[in-house]
Amino acid sequence: MTRGKVRGDRARAVGMALPATFWLVVFFLLPLVFVAFSSFMSRGPGGQPVSPATLAQYERTFTVFGPVLWRSVGVALLATLISLVLGYPLAFFISRRRSPTTRMFLLFLVMLPFWTNFLVRTYALITIMQRDGLLNGLFQSLGVISAPLQMLFTPAAVMVGLVYGYLPFMILPIYASVEALDRRYVEAANDLGANDWTAFWRVIFPLTLPGVIAGSILVFIPAIGAYVTPDLMGGTRGLMIGNLIQGQFGGRGNVPLGSAISMVLLALVFISVLVYTRWGQREE
Amino acid sequence: MRRTIVACLAAAVVSAAAAQTDWTCPDGFAGQTLSVYNWATYVADDTISNFEAACGVRVIYDTYGSDEDMVVRLRQGNPGYDIVVPTNANVPTMIREGLLEKIDHGKLANLGNLDATFMNLPFDPGNEYTIPYQWGTVGIGYNVDKVGEIASWADMFAYDGPVAWLQDTTAMLGMGLLMVGKDPNSESAADIDAAAQFLIDNGRNVIYIAQDDGQEILARGEADIVVEYSGDIFQVMDECDCDTYAYVIPEEGTNFWVDSLAIPKGAPNKALAEAFIDYILWPQVGADISNYTAFGTPNLAALDEGLIDEELADDPAIYPSDETKARLFFAQQSEGREPLLNDAWDMVKIFVGR
Repeated sequence: MTRGKVRGDRARAVGMALPATFWLVVFFLLPLVFVAFSSFMSRGPGGQPVSPATLAQYERTFTVFGPVLWRSVGVALLATLISLVLGYPLAFFISRRRSPTTRMFLLFLVMLPFWTNFLVRTYALITIMQRDGLLNGLFQSLGVISAPLQMLFTPAAVMVGLVYGYLPFMILPIYASVEALDRRYVEAANDLGANDWTAFWRVIFPLTLPGVIAGSILVFIPAIGAYVTPDLMGGTRGLMIGNLIQGQFGGRGNVPLGSAISMVLLALVFISVLVYTRWGQREE
Repeated sequence: MRRTIVACLAAAVVSAAAAQTDWTCPDGFAGQTLSVYNWATYVADDTISNFEAACGVRVIYDTYGSDEDMVVRLRQGNPGYDIVVPTNANVPTMIREGLLEKIDHGKLANLGNLDATFMNLPFDPGNEYTIPYQWGTVGIGYNVDKVGEIASWADMFAYDGPVAWLQDTTAMLGMGLLMVGKDPNSESAADIDAAAQFLIDNGRNVIYIAQDDGQEILARGEADIVVEYSGDIFQVMDECDCDTYAYVIPEEGTNFWVDSLAIPKGAPNKALAEAFIDYILWPQVGADISNYTAFGTPNLAALDEGLIDEELADDPAIYPSDETKARLFFAQQSEGREPLLNDAWDMVKIFVGR
């Protein structure tokens, strides 16, 4: 291969990377730099960032907003755990169907909700859970309850919304890793005297761990920054950090404070991605 | 949305009467164009066409759904509007950013028709830039079947069932200040913190802080009481066509809002815009608009001459008694107060409802 050809390839490669690079710099990097910068500034009239530089926004993030921040971490972890407990057996079940058509059809059903806008699906959940909604109507007609339950605007409603919204992100990576699992390992385990339970925990689960970790990250990250679900279904009792960030931007908020909370949230997400790259891909 | 057709029927009846407006257009505008940018459903059916006929002009009429949309559009450079209708909360910012033209009061022969209560308010002292258009209150919308009759904020706080509040920092903390016996426009950090603490301590049954959808929470039965803008609750009452819902201006007093006519910087036809404002100030024209929107009119002459539909004029939820009217307060924003309110409201959002 000649130098000219190599240079031509490189030029073409650079050319192909340019649009995406431009996109990322303008729409990702620049806003991020602005947020990082303004998180160290003071609040000016109307909530805009002004000098002098200060750490006050971070201090406020960890003191006043700390409880909501940690609660959001807890909510996101619990949503991840519930998604895992629900998603793993389902992914396992789907991947063990013999007919590829059945597997494709079941996977198609898992992905079907994505065809509809998330906001619309959240409103659908609201109509199910609201005071004069479907569930309360059902329970009342069955005589289980005499007065409608307050289901909407509770932390449980947020949990239902988050798990509902992000469960497919858990199922798909787990499905992929169970699918790729070589059944002969399981047979070997059984031959060596392991019962199904032992074979699962000592062979199957460790081998599908990358899928579990990938799914967990994919659920945890959107869950911790969730805004729509807690806003529409959580009310005052299901408040999450995303709602407080939203309140700081826009009219008469506090952009530097909103930026500081966003940076802390970003750090939390970054840490979970580190966890993923450290343990999630170890087997590969 | 705040601006909604509440009295469609009334509007239909009135539009027949409104055909004869005695307002006369100053000479020399024939053939010109006026461009108006207003909230949706915020003029009577024939307000615009009557003006076109009176002046022999053409009116381009655009609408917006939120004040922020309008402000953002003007910030990018006035695309050619002569009239906009900002809410009081945004006026100081618009003035500071140089988005508005001063209005020549000499061109407004009908200025004297306005109620002094709505003139010279802190958002625009001397009404240099804005002329009041419609007004309303932040009050209590409630489900009569569940709550019974209520008359005050104290009644709301005494109720145990689910309640929703409004995401309006100045109105809500102003109410909190009233409840702890302070000036609703206090600039003292201690007062504002006490108000926030009062709201937290007495808001254990608050399930939701509505952005601007409290009326839907009420209509869906999720909350029995909601703090909302008057117009939003009128909308629910109207759509339901039942006696389930009511709106009350709390007797302790509450925040009121004013939407105003203003001329954006760079308006192509400022003289015609001033003629338009004077036309709106004509009692019959102002009355037609308020009969259609069911908001309060600042046009005292229209009220005095009995041009407002009786059913609206006698409704204490729109035009409160003099006693309650005297307790209405106008929320003031100042640079010192703003961050205090902001921080206090964050605390309310974090701790209320638990």
